[in-house]
Order: sequence, then C-alpha cells, then structure tokens
Amino acid sequence: MEILLIIIIGLLHAGGLYMLLRRSMFKIIIGLILLGNGANLLIFLLGRLVKGHPPVLPDGAKIFAEIYADPLPQAVILTAIVIGFGLQSFAIILIKTVFKVLETDDLDELNSTDEEI
Amino acid sequence: MNNILVIAPILLQLFAGTILLFFWTKTQIQKVLSILFSFLSLGLGIWLFLLTWKDGIQFTHAGNWAAPFGISFVADLLSATLVLIASISGLAVSIFSVGTMREERLKFGFFPIMHFLLMGLSGAFLAGDMFNLYVWFEVVIISSFVLLTLGSTKSQLEGAIKYVSLNLLASSLFLIGIGFVYGLTGSLNFADVAVKLSAISNRGIINVTAGIFLVSFGIKSAIFPMYFWLPASYHTPPPAVSAIFGGLLTKLGVYALVRTFTLMFGGDEFLGIMLSIIAALTILSGGLGALLQKNLSKAFGYLIICHIGFMVAGLGMFTEVAILGTVFYLFHDIIVKTNLFMVAGLVLKINGTQDISKLGGMYKSYPLISILLSIPLFSLVGIPPLSGFWPKIFLIQGGLASEDYFLIAFIVLGSFLTLWVVAKIWAEVFWKNAENLPVKASGLYFNQMSKANQSMVIIPIIFLSIVSLYIGFAAENIYVLSEKIAADLMNPQNYIETILGIKTILP
Repeated sequence: MEILLIIIIGLLHAGGLYMLLRRSMFKIIIGLILLGNGANLLIFLLGRLVKGHPPVLPDGAKIFAEIYADPLPQAVILTAIVIGFGLQSFAIILIKTVFKVLETDDLDELNSTDEEI
Repeated sequence: MNNILVIAPILLQLFAGTILLFFWTKTQIQKVLSILFSFLSLGLGIWLFLLTWKDGIQFTHAGNWAAPFGISFVADLLSATLVLIASISGLAVSIFSVGTMREERLKFGFFPIMHFLLMGLSGAFLAGDMFNLYVWFEVVIISSFVLLTLGSTKSQLEGAIKYVSLNLLASSLFLIGIGFVYGLTGSLNFADVAVKLSAISNRGIINVTAGIFLVSFGIKSAIFPMYFWLPASYHTPPPAVSAIFGGLLTKLGVYALVRTFTLMFGGDEFLGIMLSIIAALTILSGGLGALLQKNLSKAFGYLIICHIGFMVAGLGMFTEVAILGTVFYLFHDIIVKTNLFMVAGLVLKINGTQDISKLGGMYKSYPLISILLSIPLFSLVGIPPLSGFWPKIFLIQGGLASEDYFLIAFIVLGSFLTLWVVAKIWAEVFWKNAENLPVKASGLYFNQMSKANQSMVIIPIIFLSIVSLYIGFAAENIYVLSEKIAADLMNPQNYIETILGIKTILP
C-alpha cells in the first residue's frame, strides 16, 4: 500500500509541476490542484498507515497496548482540502475574469503595465 | 504564563471585519468604524506588548489540553512586538485608505477584507503550531488575493495571476514541509518539534525538510530567485493596498523564516551557507532592479526585495548580534515600507503619474510635503541617525564577528544601491523642473480633494514618519528590545520549557 501511495504522490507532483510550467493559465490551475492533492496524500502517508486499529480505547483499558491509527493527519488533511478548495475556486474565478478582460489564455501575453490615478 | 487573552488581537480583527460586513454599501460608517477598530487594535497591541515585556511569554492552549495536543497560541516578545507594529501599520493604512480609496472600491468590501487580512497577520504572528501557521497564512493570502484584484483593472488582473499562482505553489510546498515534519516527529507544535528534531541523528533529511520550508517561505518573502511575482503585482493595486502589502506580507515570510530557522533548524552550517548566498543574491538583484525602474512603486517593490536580503543575511550569519540586526531591521522595515508606498500613493495623487522621468518639481510646488516625504526616504537609506542606520550596524558587526566578509560587502553594496535609487528618485521627482503633465479627466487629484480628505492622506504619513524617527532617535530602546528577542531566539530553552511545561535539555 505504501509503495502504491508513493508512486501516486510522485505522479501527482510530477504532473502538477509539468502543468505549472505550461503557458496556459487554465493548465496552471490544473497543476495547482494536482500538486495540492499530492501534498494531502503525502501527509496521509507520512502519518503512518495502520489498518484496522481505530484510535479508540478498548473497554477497561487505560492506554493503547498496540499501535493505533493516528487521527491527526486526517484532521490536518481535511482542513487542507477545505482551504485548498476555497483557494482553487478563487483561482478559477480569477482566470475566468482575466480571460474575459484580456481575451487570452496565454501567459506570455500578460506583460503590460499601465497606471491609473 | 497561561493567558487566554493572547488571542484578543485576532478576535478583535475578526469582530471588526464581521461588523463591517453588515455595512456593505454604507461606506461612511465603514470608514469611521475601521479607524475606530484600528485604534482599538493598536491599544490591544500595546497592552499585549507591555504584558509580554513585563511577565514573559504569554500563551494559551486550545481547550486547555497541554502543549503538543492542544493548539497553542504563543506571544513571545518577537510575536507581541510584531502584532504591535502590524497594528501601527494597520492604523496608518486604515486612515490612508479613507483619504485615497475610491468610493466604488470601498463598496466592494475593501475595509472588511483589510481587517480580515490583519486578523490573519496577527494570527500568524501568534501561532505556536505549524499547521495553525499554515491556516493563518492561507487567511492572509486569500484576503490579499481579494484586495489585489478589487476593481479588476487590466494590470491588476495580470499581476494577480502571477501573485496567486506562485503563492498557491508556496502554500502547497508549506503543506509538504508540514507532512515531512509530522512524519519525522509526530508533532506539529513548534516547541515540541524543536525538541524532537534535535534528537534525530540523520541531519540530511532534516536539511531537506528545512529546504522545503526555505523555498515555501522564500516565495512568500520574495527572496532570490523566487521574487518575480512581487515587482509584477505590487504596483498594480491602489496605493493603500500596496502599502499594506509592501509593509506586512513579505515580512510575514521573513518572520516565518526567522521562527523556523532559529527554533527548529537553527545552527546548521549547510543551511547557513545557503541562506548567506541567497541573501547576497537577493540584495544584488533587488538593488539593481530598483535602479532600472521608471515607475516609483515598482522601484519601491524592488527595494523591498533588496532589504529582505539584509534580513536573510542576518539569519545566514546566525550569531546573536546578527539576529539582533535582523529583528531590528524587521521592525524598521515594516514601518518604512508601509510609509514608502503611501508616499508613492501621495505622489501619484498629486501628479497623476508615477513615472519618474515625467515627474518633477514637487519640491517647488509642495515644499512642506517634500520635506515630510524626505523622512521615510532617508530612513530607508539609513542616513544616521535615521532608523535604517542602526540595524545595518548590527548586521555588519555580526558579519565581522563570524568573519562573513563576503556578506558584509553585499550589505554595504545594498545600502549603496539603495542610496543611489533614493538619490535618483529625490533628484527626479523633487528637484528636476516639472513638465506639463496631461490631466486625466477621471483622476481624483490631491488638490481637488476636500481639506478633510487631504489631511487623511497626510496624517498617516506623518504618523509613520514619527514612528520611524522614534526608531532612529530612540534606537537604544529598540536595541534593548531586539537584544532580548535575539537572546530568546538563539536560546529557545525558555520558549520550549514555557510551552511544554517541562524541563528539557537541548544538545
């Protein structure tokens, strides 16, 4: 399971970085989403994968006798997913507005600077 | 000392932002309330600072769960001072935006979002937990995205694309770093992580983790070679927004670097060399970039980068005197950079352009204002005894002590480049003969403003100039404060013991 996750995380990061380096704005957003998901899975993996041991004390026990699933990484990932969702939706709206105003999807054309009072 | 009121500065800004949301279209009420809340937050900042100064570190753990389990909020002297300085800047920007922001932008919720941004900043300064710091970073960047794009002009949108994508990348990297730290230590509390990381013998993996944090915070604080988003975006929003960005956002990255690289990854030789090289190149590229710019705000944007280099240099030397210089520079820089962008805004409002080749004759037409504007400009250069001079002394002293002659050369070069840029700006904008600039019909010029609005533009500049003069002329007080902070940062024993509530021995 770990090996599979490692490969998936690697693919997500590689794909994300590849998309980030493209010239199209739309692909940048896709790249950021992939990268975010890769990071979330990475936390999940580094929080240790444990199967079938919930972080709940058995009846009568005072401490955990054996290794248990750590709930914290999952809480962290949940928060990160929610935050990432908000940021990504902002970014999508932003590129939509940029596309409407500038009528281009090509980042190389975004190089003007004008002023306003 | 356990004190739940540590989070009061955050709650106040949250309350302010929420209240202001209820007056969405009533901009007059928003203006009054925003200034009122900014004064309150300044009061709270002073209170928290005095409390921390007198009684030592203040902290609270969420739900009263002891340290590594409950999320901690910690106000040590560095955090408390930064909260205070952020509230000073916040007050100035609040007043400045009453004077300069256009009505239609205020109607899209400028003030509430500015207060949410300040909430995020206070939260980030007070966070004692790595993931909590991440969350506050996100609060800050989402607010800054909105502030940056408010008004949706063409240049703003172009700047925003670069700013948003690089900041999202930095957040992802921060998250990856958090994953690594959690995998290594099983904890996210700064104090706990510091203890557990020092027990790990494989330094290689710790350096990789530190490198990820360096890139992530490096993008946010605009160090070489990750600063390209800053000159592309900081000059595009209205001056009030630029002022709060230029003063506080990159400094948040520097704060995060200082916090993690003293508490968690401190004292590593490899990281020290990395930071020194990055600092030198940041100073060089920022200074040379500023020299080339024709746009006043863009030149100031490059100067931000140049001066971030000074702070990172102190961190790279990693001696107590150098850290003292870094901390001192941080305090001075927040005030001066906020002020500089307000100065740029005032120049724009008076002349209708920020192109320094077209500007001129400011000294002739506005002598008093010009003398006022000379204070932030020359504080920036660090002409003694103004505020920029003292931290550089300590940075150079730190470099001499650790024999980093190479960094000293770059610090001197950086100061010289800053002097050159400011001298050029002074000659071009204030002394040169004025050209007849075309008058824009849509523009709101300074001399068309009402007297009340004019004073709203001038007062914050005077206010921050007084603060910078205080930092310059009462440097002894700031020195004592920075020395104490530097001692705390270099010997985090006290911090760790206070937060974890146990005696620990760091190697």
